[in-house]
Amino acid sequence: MTLETLQPEIEAGVPGCRLEIVPNPSPSAQHSLLIDAEHALPIAKFLRDAPHLRLDYLSNVTGIDWPAREVGEKVKVKKTVDGPDGKPVEQEVEEVQKTLIPGYLEAVYHLYSMELKHGPVILRMRTEDRDQGVHLPSLNSVWRSADFQEREIFDLFGIVFDGHPDLRRLLMWEGFEDYPMRRDYVEPDDYEYEPTAHDEVLRKTLQHHGETA
Amino acid sequence: MTTATLPPNVHLSPKASADGDTQLFEVSMGPQHPSTHGVFRMDVALDGEQVVKLKPVFGYLHRNHEKIAEDESYIGSMPYTDRLDYFCSITNNWAYALAVEKLAGIVVPERAEYLRVITAELTRLQNHSSLIGFLMQDMGASGTPLMYAFREREKILDLFESLTGARMMCNYMRFGGCRVDLPAGWLDQAKAVVAAFPHFLDEFENLLASNEILMARTQGVGVLSKELAVNAGVTGPMLRASGVNYDLRKVDRYGIYDRFTFRVPLGDHGDVYDRYMIRLLEMRESVKILEQAMRDLPEGPIQDPKTKIRGFKPKPGEAYGRIESPKGELGFYLVSTGQPNPYRYRVRPPSLINLTVLEEICLGQNIADVVIILGSVDIVMGEVDR
Repeated sequence: MTLETLQPEIEAGVPGCRLEIVPNPSPSAQHSLLIDAEHALPIAKFLRDAPHLRLDYLSNVTGIDWPAREVGEKVKVKKTVDGPDGKPVEQEVEEVQKTLIPGYLEAVYHLYSMELKHGPVILRMRTEDRDQGVHLPSLNSVWRSADFQEREIFDLFGIVFDGHPDLRRLLMWEGFEDYPMRRDYVEPDDYEYEPTAHDEVLRKTLQHHGETA
Repeated sequence: MTTATLPPNVHLSPKASADGDTQLFEVSMGPQHPSTHGVFRMDVALDGEQVVKLKPVFGYLHRNHEKIAEDESYIGSMPYTDRLDYFCSITNNWAYALAVEKLAGIVVPERAEYLRVITAELTRLQNHSSLIGFLMQDMGASGTPLMYAFREREKILDLFESLTGARMMCNYMRFGGCRVDLPAGWLDQAKAVVAAFPHFLDEFENLLASNEILMARTQGVGVLSKELAVNAGVTGPMLRASGVNYDLRKVDRYGIYDRFTFRVPLGDHGDVYDRYMIRLLEMRESVKILEQAMRDLPEGPIQDPKTKIRGFKPKPGEAYGRIESPKGELGFYLVSTGQPNPYRYRVRPPSLINLTVLEEICLGQNIADVVIILGSVDIVMGEVDR
């Protein structure tokens, strides 16, 4: 079972869904399938219930944070430059063209089949951005094993899973505000209760109290 | 505090409810309680002695292992994986090494594969035997079974100590092999421990298996159905006690498990007794694997020479590697962007995900049974909270 054969099957089973294969260049060759959030639930139900797939076991759910990043691509551009004799000459020059990829959060689902003993089929969903559009549908109603794992992603990455029956923080305490697993997370500078104070910690403590060392 | 959703006709206030004598009593079990196997809390609502609600509360041992590992080099996280499930450091090492080997396409030499199987199965023996000891302790069999189990565990920990230098935090595996080779005489010592183990299992089984109190306390208690177990991602002995034949040593055949003959024991009721019995039977199968592995152990290198340990930078990509740890499916998911540290490092903790069904299997049971149901799940908080 490869994603190339799986993709048309899902598209036939769930009309209107948009799928994209995300290649994985590493030797593991575990390619994944990017699915659109609107059709995530019907796709999940299809994968679980189709008799020749029976992906009844959701093993691992996790989040990845991708902040906005620039990707450089080498492009050949024709440019007119001054030749050695002073006349303008057309020359091909390699230039790095930079494109800005806006940031998003990603949820990754690893599916296996306990009945037919195959897998993994890897699904990914992406949020619109990292601020307001952090909503994704919860797959908890299809696989109960998403319960704690989606709560953990909500807790540490800040993806809001719509339709999750009990979306509370799992590991951090209630009332905690930031999302520690994001790349731009800044740890709080309150080191009052640091048990082993050393130079760096003492410096931060003083800063916290608005003093300078 | 978590807010409970209660049935509409019951109240948590000390006053009796309008319809007469129904009154719920809320108990916060844990976090500092010997039966919770670490710092773990359950918000339990009781109707008389019956559990009507149970919400697990996590995070007391959370130190964001994943974040720390993302700031660390690949090999730098290897000793830290020991601290996840601190009973089974070697299987944690293996799961992490396996994920990195998938990510970077590393081949492990034959002798190292055998050493991995030998140490991992020894880990399974000591985990399962002490778990049964703990379970009996939770049930009120104070002392004796636990001390019997610890006596055997000690022999295995001695083997680990002479091999790796540490009893529990072994830090034994490396990408593409193992850290050290066997010291002189180790194999004979290990063979003696394994040869004596079935005798201990007989003794353990005679002591407990047909004990009337044990049967009364465990049979029909905490029943987990096959369908729910699969849907909730329960793995390991707990899944197989519900009758689902899914053992990664057979399914994935990672390492060299396809070379050994062993069977996968299955339960048919999915209750606490089955979970206890499955572990006893699994230990017998582990002894079989160990006998075969120690018989066939080849000579040769224990480390792939092409793999750099320091300055290790896998090419961009991702990989998910999983093994059958004594607790269940332990997986590591790694994303590399070509840097010396992983961009994303995720642990799939079997202990946490096996707790998904805790409320379902405890509802309607007595409060005293919650303790043994939790004991039969087999959790270690270092892995649950990470």
